[in-house]
Amino acid sequence: MARSSGKDAQALFQSLCTAYAATPTNLKIIDLYVGFAVLTALIQVVYMALVGSFPFNSFLSGVLSCVGTAVLAVCLRIQVNKENKEFKDLAPERAFADFVLCNLVLHLVIMNFLG
Amino acid sequence: MARNLGRFLVLILLVSICDAASVFQPISDSHRSAALELFTPVNGSFGSLEETYEALRTFEVLGVENKSDVRHASCASVSKTLESSSSSLKDLFFALKVNGILKCKINEKALEGIISRLKAAINDANSLLDLYHSIGSLVLMKEQSLKADLHLSDAKGVFHSIKALSQSDGRWCYSSSNPQSSAYAAGIALETLAGVVSLSSSEIDQSMIGALRNDVLKLFDGIEKYYNGASYFDEKLIDSHENQGSISTTSSVVRGITAFAAVTEESLNLPGDKILGLARFFLGIGIPGDSKDFFNQIDSLACLENNRVSIPLILSLPSTVLSLTKKDSLKVRVNTVLGSSAPPLTVKLVGALGSKDTSLIDSQELKFNSETGVHILNDLPKSIDVGSYMFTFEIVLHELEPEEVYATGDQTKVPIFVTGIVKIENAEIAVLDSDLGSIETQKQLDLAGNNIASLSANHLQKLRLSFQLTTPRRHAFQPHQALLKLRHESKAEHIFVVGSSGKQFQLVLDFLGLVEKFFYLSGRYDIELTVGDAVMENSLLRALGHIELDIPEPPEKAPHPPLQPVDPYSRYGPKAEITHIFRAPEKRPPKELSLTFLGLTILPLLGFLIGLLRLEVNLKNFPTKAAPATFALLFHIGIGVVLLLYVLFWLKLDLFTTLKALGLLGAFLVFVGHRILSYLAATSSKLKSA
Repeated sequence: MARSSGKDAQALFQSLCTAYAATPTNLKIIDLYVGFAVLTALIQVVYMALVGSFPFNSFLSGVLSCVGTAVLAVCLRIQVNKENKEFKDLAPERAFADFVLCNLVLHLVIMNFLG
Repeated sequence: MARNLGRFLVLILLVSICDAASVFQPISDSHRSAALELFTPVNGSFGSLEETYEALRTFEVLGVENKSDVRHASCASVSKTLESSSSSLKDLFFALKVNGILKCKINEKALEGIISRLKAAINDANSLLDLYHSIGSLVLMKEQSLKADLHLSDAKGVFHSIKALSQSDGRWCYSSSNPQSSAYAAGIALETLAGVVSLSSSEIDQSMIGALRNDVLKLFDGIEKYYNGASYFDEKLIDSHENQGSISTTSSVVRGITAFAAVTEESLNLPGDKILGLARFFLGIGIPGDSKDFFNQIDSLACLENNRVSIPLILSLPSTVLSLTKKDSLKVRVNTVLGSSAPPLTVKLVGALGSKDTSLIDSQELKFNSETGVHILNDLPKSIDVGSYMFTFEIVLHELEPEEVYATGDQTKVPIFVTGIVKIENAEIAVLDSDLGSIETQKQLDLAGNNIASLSANHLQKLRLSFQLTTPRRHAFQPHQALLKLRHESKAEHIFVVGSSGKQFQLVLDFLGLVEKFFYLSGRYDIELTVGDAVMENSLLRALGHIELDIPEPPEKAPHPPLQPVDPYSRYGPKAEITHIFRAPEKRPPKELSLTFLGLTILPLLGFLIGLLRLEVNLKNFPTKAAPATFALLFHIGIGVVLLLYVLFWLKLDLFTTLKALGLLGAFLVFVGHRILSYLAATSSKLKSA
């Protein structure tokens, strides 16, 4: 039973990988960006766990900047994905412009809060 | 402003020292020596012409010989001013005033020029001060006979123009453009009008002068009074920069009314007590420390000395403290304000009020000693004992010429202290047994001598001190202080008030009730008696001896005596240092750990870049045509600049500068971004449709 579940897991993983390989490159770039942002946030949380949260505002702004930009990238991915019927009429350039603008505003707020 | 405030304070301080009805002293030699000290010439001159005039006039009134030779420098200054055609009216005025005292030699031609200048100035003048200086100069020239038959051409017109500046409350304005009324200006205006009248007496008719008389009466309705009988003038608006202070204002009014009274034929009906109040104001200043105040005081008193309204007479006492022991007699002087002798008069002592507010004596006349000029009452009435009194004097003038009017006031009240030796008799100190009251030890005390009484007692006994106080007139006496002090060896002190009934003073200390007050300290106590009063010539503070007190042990909760300070001045030494408690700073991580994690944070970025390379990202979609390419480039550069701006914002800028820059950059970025992205959208849709 365990061996079959293990094999199933492997098979699942393999099919996931092959399916993922089929996604368009621009979506892969966005996924990579999201992964980068989340990883950075995780490293900051680990650091805070080690040394304590003394300048709490700095910790918050660091983590929230990563999380915020990840969220905005996810929104961009949703809007740019051609298979998503909901955003068929939205030009991907427009979505990208929104992404850039929202990121700039987010980072202004983050920089103010950084201290 | 600070000067006026300073003068006010000096005035108030001087007035507060005097009692409710104070003694005013006429000008004396202390004024003369103070004048010599105050007006000292620097390098042979007193400074400006105004200051020179003030100094010379003060010396002239006081009769002081000016030792230093200022004549040379002052006359040179006077000649220079009178000969120069550019001197101001004020300088001409004071130059002529100085000349009136020093009598320098003046160039004839210069005088002609001055007269024409002054007459032109009178015609053109539009302010009170200009008219004052020009008309005053003409009057001075006439007085000094520099130019005979000096006349004012349009005297009526000038009179009217000055009168037009008067206000309804009797004060004057400086000019028609400055509507602020001022009593100082009133004094100047009256002097100027007197000058106009004296320069051309035939043209001015009496009705105009009569109207002026009413103005003067209205001005005097606004006179202010101190409680000690002094009257003065003051300005209503204290912080106007033209406000001179009460001394200058009052002296200006005094000069004005005395000058005006000198030129009118009918007398100004000013009440004598107001003139006396003005004299008292100036005498009450004492010796001013400021040269201008000194001059104003002396000049006004000189005006009051010989004025045609009424001449004030000052009642003064050389000494207000009389000793019954020395058999002092009451001496009173009546003089004019400058200290000259008064006309024949009699001084009556009409009443003496003691502490009980009933008059103790009948009205008596004082005998006049014509050699010394002093009115004396040789023996004080028997009803006057030691103490403080308010004597009331009245001045009765003998027959007078009709044109001599004197202001004496109704009654003058003077506080008098009568001192004497108070006899202390039958002084004894005794230790009594408490219940029975029988005497265990009794000692007679000779408070004049130095004998020491040595007593002992325990806590069940009482100490009794008694004595009698009798005044020279054999009445009972209540001194300010009758205190007994017991001081322990440890310097703990206890003070008791000796009570009295009539002449007998007695204090009984019951030690049973006092053991707690004495902090249960047994031992030797020094005894000290204090009997004192201001009118007692033999007040005493005497160590009477000592008493050995035997007091039981203190119970547990007894209060301890307060610790006597070793050095009573130790409270002025440095205090204990205050250590401030600051919040402990937060623990910071070690530097290496922080740098490690900085490196670790860079790692995901590197991973992202490597991933991008693995995904074979390319810039193939970058537009090749010139215009879109520039826009694309500008777009990327714009985003880069915004991120750089954020870094600068974190490093050193503030939010507002950042927002301003961001606004500009954002607008640029939006424009450029819109262009490039719409181009890209257009190309991709073309591709799709194609």
